[in-house]
Amino acid sequence: MGKYILKRIALAFVTIWAVATITFFLMNLVPGGPFLSEKAISPAATKALEAKYGLDKPMAERYFTYISDAAHGDFGDSLKQRGRTVMDIIATKFPVSAKLGGMAVVLALCVGVPLGVLAAYKRGTFIDSLFSVIATCGIAVPGFVICTLLLYVFGVKLQWLPTLGLKSAQSYIMPVVALAAYPTSYIMRLMRSSMLDVLGQDYMRTAKAKGLSQKVSLFKHALRNAILPVITYVGPMLAYTLTGSFVTEKIFTIPGLGGEFIKAINGRDYTMIMGTTIFLATIMIVMNVIVDIVYKLVDPRIKLK
Amino acid sequence: MSEYLVDIQHERLSFFTPAGEVKALNDVSIHLNDGEVLGIVGESGSGKSVTAYSLMGLTAYPGKLVGGTIDFNGHRINDLSEKEFRKIRGNEVSIIFQDPMTSLNPVYTIGNQIMEVILLHTDKNKEQARARAKELLELVGINEPEKRLKQYPHELSGGMRQRVMIAIALACEPKLLIADEPTTALDVTIQAQILELMMELKEKLGMAIIMITHDLGVVASMCDRIAVMYAGRIVEYGTTDDIFYNPKHEYTKGLLKSIPRLDAKEHERLVPIEGTPIDLLNPPAGCPFAPRCSNCMKICLREMAPVTTFDDVHYTQCWMNQKEQMEREAAK
Amino acid sequence: MEKNPLSFQLKLNPDDFLPATDEEKEGLVVMRDSVSFWKDGFRRLRKNKVAMVCLFIIIIVMIFAFIVPAFYPYSYEQQIQGANNLAPMQYSAKEMEQIAAGEKVFPHFFGTDKMGRDYAIRVMMGSRISLLVGIIAAAIILVIGSIFGSIAAFAGGWVDLIMMRIVDIIYTIPDVLLIVLLSFALKAPLKVLAQAPGFGWISVVGENLISIFIVFALLYWVGMARMVRSQILMLKESEYVTAARALGASSARIIKKHLLTNCIGTLIVTTTLQIPSSIFTESFLSFLGLGVAVPMPSLGSLASDAINGLNTYPYLLFIPAAVISLIILSFNLLGDGLRDAFDPKLKN
Repeated sequence: MGKYILKRIALAFVTIWAVATITFFLMNLVPGGPFLSEKAISPAATKALEAKYGLDKPMAERYFTYISDAAHGDFGDSLKQRGRTVMDIIATKFPVSAKLGGMAVVLALCVGVPLGVLAAYKRGTFIDSLFSVIATCGIAVPGFVICTLLLYVFGVKLQWLPTLGLKSAQSYIMPVVALAAYPTSYIMRLMRSSMLDVLGQDYMRTAKAKGLSQKVSLFKHALRNAILPVITYVGPMLAYTLTGSFVTEKIFTIPGLGGEFIKAINGRDYTMIMGTTIFLATIMIVMNVIVDIVYKLVDPRIKLK
Repeated sequence: MSEYLVDIQHERLSFFTPAGEVKALNDVSIHLNDGEVLGIVGESGSGKSVTAYSLMGLTAYPGKLVGGTIDFNGHRINDLSEKEFRKIRGNEVSIIFQDPMTSLNPVYTIGNQIMEVILLHTDKNKEQARARAKELLELVGINEPEKRLKQYPHELSGGMRQRVMIAIALACEPKLLIADEPTTALDVTIQAQILELMMELKEKLGMAIIMITHDLGVVASMCDRIAVMYAGRIVEYGTTDDIFYNPKHEYTKGLLKSIPRLDAKEHERLVPIEGTPIDLLNPPAGCPFAPRCSNCMKICLREMAPVTTFDDVHYTQCWMNQKEQMEREAAK
Repeated sequence: MEKNPLSFQLKLNPDDFLPATDEEKEGLVVMRDSVSFWKDGFRRLRKNKVAMVCLFIIIIVMIFAFIVPAFYPYSYEQQIQGANNLAPMQYSAKEMEQIAAGEKVFPHFFGTDKMGRDYAIRVMMGSRISLLVGIIAAAIILVIGSIFGSIAAFAGGWVDLIMMRIVDIIYTIPDVLLIVLLSFALKAPLKVLAQAPGFGWISVVGENLISIFIVFALLYWVGMARMVRSQILMLKESEYVTAARALGASSARIIKKHLLTNCIGTLIVTTTLQIPSSIFTESFLSFLGLGVAVPMPSLGSLASDAINGLNTYPYLLFIPAAVISLIILSFNLLGDGLRDAFDPKLKN
């Protein structure tokens, strides 16, 4: 078990390093450097800027400096937002995205799991078909469609919910629901098929032969087994909410890290792009590792390996 | 109510599938006394497991009882509600299944799974249930019971898991134990141990056993009575001696002939029964074994023979036997 | 007196007790015909109404995306003077004059956008881009993934080990981030490359799109590789192969018959499901402005452009949104249908 954890953590470090390296080299691929398309600056000023940002040093040196700085959480200054460091911006914006993402994950689990169980239990009935349709739509319809649909219906036409920013409690509703749509649908389907799989197992027959009621069989014996694949999904789900935030924050004008990232891309704020990429990648990878380890702890079949 | 522990009269059971009605049981009658061991022998699809499951109300969807009566321990099984079934399952009648690997829930401890059935059907509290669980593990011959209670199913071997299943089945001292191919999934040596264990426990606890198997070797050592099933019918029924030394039905004879013998010469071929089983979606009007029977007569294809009894236990349903008996009667 | 004992007691015809002939016996044995894997699968697919409807929808969309534009009177970049922001089926003032003068003006079924371009043709072109991306991406993933996975499975040993470790690392890299990054970073180099002779098509398609394909080729094949590898490993060890060998079949025959038949079903399903996934990703990127180059439309970019005018011209957003949802949904349901039809283990 300990060996597995170490292996997993090692893999995570390697991947984070790989991402950082790839990011660095990609950014430096762009010919002419970050100031190429700035409004006319004199060559002297360009030189001064380059010196300031250390861009005049050889590539290898820049690489090592960057990586060691990044390891300390220093991603340099933002190129477009004067006077602010990248880490500074991340530190202010990330909690907003995290809050939204966290709420979406909780919503997805609280809605997806029970509905999936219900669909499995009522297999073949109208409810099952209905849930199946809803879940398929939730998975197939792209995030930006769901966001705009919600925005249009509830924000513009009915005017029940605010469409901009996060000022009131209600303003959380649409972005969170929009963000949670895909994971909820995925969990519903996953839970349903996992449950059906478990219900067909021999030990469920043993439970019935013992004289246990359907309720006990379902909640004690079936659920505990069926939920395992869903736990594995939590990692990718967290990653999804981070990337999903790009679209949600753009549409609902939310001051989170996703929106900031898109702004940086469109504004060619290189340091910001690099820093955010590495930061987000690290979060995703770390979350995956944690979830993997938790899963191994929860499934007794794997305990001793 | 019947004086037997188990009294099944002319049971008919079908599975209503999208492809049609699969007639799994076609007029099956069985009776069993307290403490008796009955063996039900047949190939896959003969209906042996279906009969036993119907006794406990464990018939899988889309199966339904279509005819006949089932009486067990004073209950008319046909009329029981699900709630009433739950009272007798694990309590008055228990079952152990074929595959011990998959019959135990992998995420709960052995102790938990044994105590569960004790707590469900008796008034014992948790400590008492635990003590009883430990007792049961010792009863079924598992060493270090304290340790085992805390272990998970995957930590035990196949033979041990089956012993645990037996422990769970016996926890509430049922009057009837149904064993559905309990040793098929185990090694031969373990097989012998498990069968021995079951006989020991039967003596100790005085319960009746229905042993379902396709293996004639198993029934030879254990059973008082044997029912040979084919395509949802009992084709021959008798004591163990009757069946082994005096088989009357062609199918029974075929089964006995097909057993490989240790003393057979090297070049001697195995003797299988020719042909394949019928399609239960369209069972014939006559004897289901007819197409494979070397004695098949025209009437066999048209209608099912009446029961031919040889003594108060041994009977068969076979036109050849019926014909011979009528000739004997006429000759008297 | 000789009494026939049988007829007396049971009113039976003594002929009944004559032995039955083989033909009479055979009449009773009704065997269900066994079908070949493909026939069985296609039969089940055809029975699946949902899947058939989806297949139909996909074909219709493809016709509109690939064939109709060739005959359409408007082009996707053609800006019609004075015909800005027309509602569906509305005519501009100028066009009304033309009709009054007796000219035939092809109606704008979906209206026009803010630059006076017919929206119907733009949606059709957008569908074409989305479908092309989906199919090409799925093809790239299929080819690279299968090759990689097969090599790993057949080679075994440390080759397999290394290849799988690479897969693990790539799998862990967050794909969207990398796509965004790559699209961004490759924009300028690709622009430069587009100047070179023979690479002019790059600027038509758009550097971003090329980047998307490159990223798909670099990152997305890992799932396919893993699956192909596990299929082959499973079959290598499986009983089919052992049984076939025991019957004297040669390796090539084994591979062809067993491996392919079993693998292909899963490959078809996975690839069909990869298409909507790729379209999904492309629309996501286009929405963020990282997709095809203007003026070539993609359903995602059309939606993105339409957001600002949501209040007044909602149809500019909802038409492409509906189309892309329909495409993705249809492919998903078709893939599900294929899986139900061709996965024999799920037979009930």
